[in-house]
Amino acid sequence: MTELSIPDAGTPRPGEDVQADPGAAASTAPAQEDAPSRTGRGVRSAGFWLRRPGLVASLLLLAAVLLAVFLPGLLASRDPLAAAPRDKLQAPSAGHPFGTDELGRDLFARVVHGSLLTLQATVLAVLVGLVVGSLAGLLAGYRGGVVDDALMRLTDVLLAIPGLLLSLALVTALGFGTVQVALAVGVTSVSTFARIMRAEVLKIGVSGYVEAARASGTRWPSVLLCHVLPNAAGPVLVYAAVDFGAVVLQVSSLSFLGYGAQPPAPEWGSLVSDGRNYLATAWWLTTLPGLVIAATVLAANRIARALDGEDTEETR
Amino acid sequence: MRNYLLRRLFQAVFVLWAAYTVSFGVLYLLPGDPATIMAAGGGDASTVTREQTDALRHQYGLDQPLAQQYGTRLLHALHGDLGRSVQSGTPVTRLIAQALPTTLQLAAAALLVAVVLGGALALLASWTRSGPLRRLLLSLPAAGVSAPTFWVGLVLVQLLSFRWRVFPAFGDEGFDSLVLPSVTLALPGAALIAQVLARSLRTALAEPYIQTALAKGAGRARVLFGHALRNASIPALTLVGVMTGNVLAGAVVVETVFARAGIGRETAAAVTVQDIPVVQGVVVLGAVAFVLTTLAVDLIHPLLDPRITTTTDRTAVAA
Repeated sequence: MTELSIPDAGTPRPGEDVQADPGAAASTAPAQEDAPSRTGRGVRSAGFWLRRPGLVASLLLLAAVLLAVFLPGLLASRDPLAAAPRDKLQAPSAGHPFGTDELGRDLFARVVHGSLLTLQATVLAVLVGLVVGSLAGLLAGYRGGVVDDALMRLTDVLLAIPGLLLSLALVTALGFGTVQVALAVGVTSVSTFARIMRAEVLKIGVSGYVEAARASGTRWPSVLLCHVLPNAAGPVLVYAAVDFGAVVLQVSSLSFLGYGAQPPAPEWGSLVSDGRNYLATAWWLTTLPGLVIAATVLAANRIARALDGEDTEETR
Repeated sequence: MRNYLLRRLFQAVFVLWAAYTVSFGVLYLLPGDPATIMAAGGGDASTVTREQTDALRHQYGLDQPLAQQYGTRLLHALHGDLGRSVQSGTPVTRLIAQALPTTLQLAAAALLVAVVLGGALALLASWTRSGPLRRLLLSLPAAGVSAPTFWVGLVLVQLLSFRWRVFPAFGDEGFDSLVLPSVTLALPGAALIAQVLARSLRTALAEPYIQTALAKGAGRARVLFGHALRNASIPALTLVGVMTGNVLAGAVVVETVFARAGIGRETAAAVTVQDIPVVQGVVVLGAVAFVLTTLAVDLIHPLLDPRITTTTDRTAVAA
């Protein structure tokens, strides 16, 4: 009873409900399960959130970051590029919550506006890993044989090269910029996505409904897309959430090293890097943008753990 | 045993060859002409004249068909020749050999700190009887994994070098200058080790042989260090093997933050001026580190757990 009513923050559990009832569409099963416990759910979920202040704080922080991405003007009214030499290197105050930099630009506005480029690169990188890795894993798991061997050996090799070094090689070849950094980081997570997807496909490929679809003459690409992919997607999407925090770190590391957006465009990593020349005199220039990165990653990882089912396991 | 070693050696050679091939593919096949990239040296490509790129193309053999280029380069690499740096003209292997000692020092110190710190955290969390303290200790790794390395380094410099003047902020002279960089480089690894070791200690402490040991009168310390730790250390050891390559990669960031000489600084500089041969050399070095450490870890496994033997497939960790 408890297990059913605890909101699982939207994690699909395709394997379980689908295998029990292969013919039914996945969407109808959870609705039937929910119906009896719906009245008790409001009370329980209030308790659920109250016992997890960290998760609530993480969701609020990520909401603020999303606000910064889509409506930066709401959070920071100042222009992130407007220099005011008279106000240079001011410590944090009510007027400038994060202080000002060496040109008198408001650091808070720069962090808020910098979230757009950083998050764009992160989302693009995760998408590259997700799409390319899923396709490779789908193909490897479903076709098997030589295709499987070749693709899996390739992922082995990608795992043997340290991620950051592989990213650096890609940046060298592709050049500098936000999109290039995103591609370079995305490639490093392809192999893990491919392995997870392959494992799921191997599990689902032997189930009755896939065999039925194949026996009724459906061609293999449409079996893959209509039957295997939707049911294998759950764990892969959860890993995308897990990967998100790590990708924010990798993207900001490359940006810190100077391979991301070129100045004066603000990016989280490059903001920390810009403050290095004023370490002794202006602590806020490096500390505060870095704190924003750390807090965002921490929040993303906490939410990913919730999606991964940690909270539901604890209560059992 | 001999067969096992031979097979592992073959696997290692395969991974190195494949890593070389992948880096060749990335650096020479991707859109973007290597000659133009190298001639521009990270600057504006439009300032490069045709003669310059043609000269470079000829000098580096880039005017030959790709298959032939790959063949020649691989043959040279087998003889220990990874080409020359475009920027300085120094052979890449000499560049790496010169920069390697300081980086190895840093990496070894960082691995040591990571193992000690992560191990102490996990053991303390398993040892304590106080629930709140355990929860606090076990929540620390999440923070360690989330903090960007470069930021941790800069905050340490601000506090310990500029405010309290305990350690030097920059440079690579003596033991004092090694402390902050190695701690910075160690933190993410320490967090991972703590997480993995704490989890496997919990599993180990629930095993029946712990009950047996307790029933026979062994103390808590004897049970934790003598029985549980030995059995729980295998996943953590595997992790240490995988981490070594990442420590090498992390040196790129840490050496930049602390202005230390070493492979990391060379790599960062090479990427900035798009010095393709140097970058490829470092990627291959990363694969070498990975292969060597996973091999070492696999050979240590049977010493820790006699049930693991080198004659079965069980020890063949993905190489």
